[in-house]
Amino acid sequence: MTLSDIRQALDATVLWGGDRLEREVHTACGSDFMSDVLAYVKEPALLLTGLVNPQVVRTADMVEMPCIIFIRGKSPSADMIRLAEERDIVVMSSPKGMYEACGLLYSKGLRGKCDGDD
Amino acid sequence: METIKLVYPVEGGDLIEAGEASSKMKLTLKKLGLPQEVIRRASICMYEGEINMVIHADGGQAEVEVDMDHILIRMRDTGPGIPNVDQAMQEGWSTAGATARELGFGAGMGLPNMKRYSDEMSIDTQVGQGTTVTIIIRVPQA
Repeated sequence: MTLSDIRQALDATVLWGGDRLEREVHTACGSDFMSDVLAYVKEPALLLTGLVNPQVVRTADMVEMPCIIFIRGKSPSADMIRLAEERDIVVMSSPKGMYEACGLLYSKGLRGKCDGDD
Repeated sequence: METIKLVYPVEGGDLIEAGEASSKMKLTLKKLGLPQEVIRRASICMYEGEINMVIHADGGQAEVEVDMDHILIRMRDTGPGIPNVDQAMQEGWSTAGATARELGFGAGMGLPNMKRYSDEMSIDTQVGQGTTVTIIIRVPQA
């Protein structure tokens, strides 16, 4: 799926990286636990999270994630968006909750492929 | 290739800003043209180590040696030390406080994650004196 497809599916607002929505992602991870993201994400995946602090951006950077989507309409600070921009990570915010956001993307074919996922 | 030695101070106290040293190392490893998976593993190890240092030891220093066939990362602090290393290596065991958990850490995954992504890992710790965690990541040879 492209980030553009994902934006549409989740009715998300792009906070940074609107010119990078042609990027493809093949897997996704939904977590508020950054150590779990570091432990189990095996390839550059989309990150869905309800956690809003700079360590989310740094974690995404360490595992080469191309995009972070903050769920339930949460908005990162300007400093966080700047941090993401420096690392070339697209940032979006979706009004959907975690369960619904993950379900919507899964139903459109986006899988987990983290350790423990089918 | 001669061994490249890098030193990164890790500031204590501010967990929100933790991760700067890991970001800088990652950029340097990219410039050196190391394989992406090696960079990823090294970055995750260093980042978890950096977070640990800030949570538990009020900062410290990371020394990185990059060689043809491996990366060595030595994370040295003068914090309280680890009384029971076996316990600290268990996933889920943590003495971190609420602030670390609010930021998505502090769940007892730091050292286990460093072990998970490294090829070798050793912990030298003395209660009241500090801890040095050394990890090695091998660079696959073409």
